[in-house]
Amino acid sequence: MSTLHTSHASAHDAHGHDAHGHGDHAKYPFLQHHFESPAHQFDSAKLGMWLFLATEVLFFGGLFVAYAVLRSRFPEVFSYASHYLDTLMGGVNTCVLILSSLTMALAVRFAQTNRRKAMVWCLVLTFMGAVGFMVIKYFEYTHKIHEHLVWGKTFYVPPQDAAGAEEAKVISTAPAPAPVALTVANPATPAVAPIAATPPVEASAIKAAAAAPGGLASVRQQAKAEGLPVAANDPAFAHPSMHLADPTMPANTHLFFAIYYCMTGLHGIHVLAGMVMLAWLIWRGARGDFSSDYFTPVDVGGLYWHIVDLVWIFLFPLFYLIH
Amino acid sequence: MAHGNAHDSKHEPHPLVGHLVPMWILFAVGGALLVLTAITVAVRYIDVGEFNMVIALGVAVIKATLVALFFMHLKWDRPFNLLTFVGSMAFVILMMVFCMMDTAQYRPTQFVGNPPEVEATLQANAPGAPVARFTPYSP
Repeated sequence: MSTLHTSHASAHDAHGHDAHGHGDHAKYPFLQHHFESPAHQFDSAKLGMWLFLATEVLFFGGLFVAYAVLRSRFPEVFSYASHYLDTLMGGVNTCVLILSSLTMALAVRFAQTNRRKAMVWCLVLTFMGAVGFMVIKYFEYTHKIHEHLVWGKTFYVPPQDAAGAEEAKVISTAPAPAPVALTVANPATPAVAPIAATPPVEASAIKAAAAAPGGLASVRQQAKAEGLPVAANDPAFAHPSMHLADPTMPANTHLFFAIYYCMTGLHGIHVLAGMVMLAWLIWRGARGDFSSDYFTPVDVGGLYWHIVDLVWIFLFPLFYLIH
Repeated sequence: MAHGNAHDSKHEPHPLVGHLVPMWILFAVGGALLVLTAITVAVRYIDVGEFNMVIALGVAVIKATLVALFFMHLKWDRPFNLLTFVGSMAFVILMMVFCMMDTAQYRPTQFVGNPPEVEATLQANAPGAPVARFTPYSP
């Protein structure tokens, strides 16, 4: 069956054993009785893993289709809401996953060359990469949940903490009453008409708010003008429930966050599963289970870890890097 | 635990099965992936219209290919594993194409602006929130 691998196996068989598989079973304690040779066992394991990875591709594929449908339907929502995501955190996470993929590939190589210590250290580094990824993801998620940048109805409810109450005040004193806002026809004509009491400077600041990031800045300026406490250094989009006070927010913006949590959440679950797998590999590797003869768990575990990286390679530009 | 077979003091032991990827290839691929990440982040800040997404996805496909071929050993692996992997992605693309065609057909019947439920929630919880009620698409 093999063209690539049995050449090695038959070379080993030549060490004075009979031509049948029994010799292999005596020689290789790891060889299961239902496989003829180590190559047979290795190839079967890899085929099984690749079939599993194919189901993983289809699993994520459904969500990628949902993403495509939503993005084609609401392109303005995606280009607007993408600015709420932290490109730096996403970029660092991309690098963390790439480096952990590299250490995983190195771990496989060290396992293949009998360098047990180096292999275990590489697996530990890979595990640390997974931990780092989840820690950064935790900060991203908690920040967004705190600001009600979430799926569903909560997206349209101002946060109830102190900062949220202050923001609600901004909203309630906002210059544009709802009926006027309802008549806004396009982003080029923001609702400046009712701002009779505010100085012209503020009105012009709001006019500049047609672009997404500027819109938030203008709201902050306005809050400042009204004597409300506003953190001087808080970056655009960092203020709680700022999205509710932004006149340029397109309809259905919550859908972006729905698909964002679905896809990155499913990916995060895969990272957690990968951490369990890595811990298991570290334990077995430190125990001395793996060698140049038998490293199949490291190899197929590596395949799983690489596909987790591969999914993130697509998620990163699709969510964080929308121009 | 089995013993290594090729304990040659001068050479690295050769794995019994599978392919041993040269160390420099692994590091070169890792470096290329980091460089491509930097490129794709940089492109975000340049406006080339429709091509922004094309470039972003193109770079992602190149990165994915590098990972699959070298980190996942597909370059040296059995072709059937490659077929399994590429086949699964082909079916995802097939599903995507048909779903996009379908939604394009239903487009005129879709909501313009917020759905009524979102609107009700918004008015109940944040009255006066100046959320834009426009959408660039007009049926």
